[in-house]
Amino acid sequence: MLKVISRLLSSLAVKEEIVGRSSYMDFQATTPLDPRVLDEMMPYLTYEYGNPHSRTHAYGWNTEKAVEKARKQVADILKCDSKEIVFTSGATESNNTALKGVAKFNLQKGKSKIITVQTEHKCILDTCRHLQEEGFEVVYLPVDKHGLIDLELLDKTIDEKTSIVSIMTANNEIGTIQPVAEIGKICRNKKVLFHTDAAQAIGKINMDVNAMNIDLLSLSSHKLYGPKGIGALYVRRKPRVRLNPLINGGGQERGLRSGTLAPALAVGLGAACEIASIELQSDTDHITQLAKKFYKVIIEKVPDVILNGHPVHRLCGNLNLSFAYVEGESLIMALKHLALSSGSACTSASLEPSYVLRAIGVSEDLAHTSLRIGIGRFTTEAEIDYAIELVEKHVKKLRELSPLWEMVQEGVDLQNIQWSQPK
Amino acid sequence: MLRLVKYAIPFRRYHEKVIEYYENPKNAGSFDKNDKSVGTGIVGAPACGDVMKLQIKVKDGKIQEAVFKTFGCASAIASSSYATEWITGLTLDEAINLKNTDIAKYLQLPPIKLHCSMLAEDAVKAAVRDFQKKDEKK
Repeated sequence: MLKVISRLLSSLAVKEEIVGRSSYMDFQATTPLDPRVLDEMMPYLTYEYGNPHSRTHAYGWNTEKAVEKARKQVADILKCDSKEIVFTSGATESNNTALKGVAKFNLQKGKSKIITVQTEHKCILDTCRHLQEEGFEVVYLPVDKHGLIDLELLDKTIDEKTSIVSIMTANNEIGTIQPVAEIGKICRNKKVLFHTDAAQAIGKINMDVNAMNIDLLSLSSHKLYGPKGIGALYVRRKPRVRLNPLINGGGQERGLRSGTLAPALAVGLGAACEIASIELQSDTDHITQLAKKFYKVIIEKVPDVILNGHPVHRLCGNLNLSFAYVEGESLIMALKHLALSSGSACTSASLEPSYVLRAIGVSEDLAHTSLRIGIGRFTTEAEIDYAIELVEKHVKKLRELSPLWEMVQEGVDLQNIQWSQPK
Repeated sequence: MLRLVKYAIPFRRYHEKVIEYYENPKNAGSFDKNDKSVGTGIVGAPACGDVMKLQIKVKDGKIQEAVFKTFGCASAIASSSYATEWITGLTLDEAINLKNTDIAKYLQLPPIKLHCSMLAEDAVKAAVRDFQKKDEKK
């Protein structure tokens, strides 16, 4: 009887596949929580539940101690003082606080110009757009084909009305790392505040806010194997950076960010920063070796692949590749055993291809073909080998389905064709 | 023993049929475009992320075979593949009656992917028109 039922049920099942999850290769989107970080967080999720701002009992004192320890850990990775760290809910909030806070404060000094870059993260661009609506002037600097800004142009653009310059350290899509030390020097010479969104860079490259002349810095916990829901903003004290707080309330975080802190999350961020600074070199070596292997084998086996972003100054774990004549979304669907993302229009909510790829001058048809592979601390060599095998197989299959590939094989110059416009 | 069967990777955004058409595309291929019995329709643009090439082989006013090649997302591949299936065996007049809504309904395309089915409809019409033009020249 049981046999009949099981046979019936298995015949009803449409597909039988191995139970499991796809291999995670999207470390720029987020990172898993490092088990050691979870260990540090556990007491504050269970028996240490005091409010860190409670002054009158041990519940509060214990959690306050833990938060201050975490603050020191975050300060150490930036080589600054712990009094200069403000905990926020994430890099988006830190970016908003930095830009809006400084812009509004400096308005009284007659400074109303903000300089940023076309390839910044959406939270910066949207904040700037909002400030533009409020009457501020915003300049979006262009980038070259590798994603780097022109330092001379930056120098020329800064004037006496400039309030703040915001340039991200490392780009999340194409991985390009900006020359922050040089940018910091230019800004310091011109006596303009320099803010950088270092969410992708912390834990991957050595940051020193004093050597790099950085005045404000945003970081995000979930990009460095910490918990989601917390980030930090570094605000320089010597010389003091003044800004209007975004959130008003009880005056926590030196009045810059009111609200009860989550000790568990803060401890998680602190622990993640400490682990990241200890393991920075070994992580970098491991990731670079895997990324180099992947890139080297793929360009050997698959023709017409282009790496987007700077070939040298880039995040070791970021590989943004354009596979010509194959559309990005169909490739991601084909690579169903890998968790990746793409710069293709179909995968964004609108039908526009990635603005970062457009800003670096990638032609529209190539922008639709890109794939972003993110390698991290926990990626194994077996996953990379598997990924190489899958990518090679499916790019070949999709190229066989592609009329563009066929035309190119026949010698047709795709740039000179009159395409029909969709009605 | 009863074995619990699960989908390994949850495809929340794609319908089964779309996945099926990608894994096993029907009628993917090419005919010789210079052949007098072949009509070729190429629609879309790489800049938009969708290019469909649909070809028909016509004999005695009926479409004997249809093939396609597509540069586009899974829904575009599925739409063009399904279009070739739908028109095989029909006369030219019947073939141009293929509406994008038929394709969208069969593949259960979400609103954001409806343009893929529209492009497939355009591809069919373009192929038929191309054949008719060749036919008139004879």
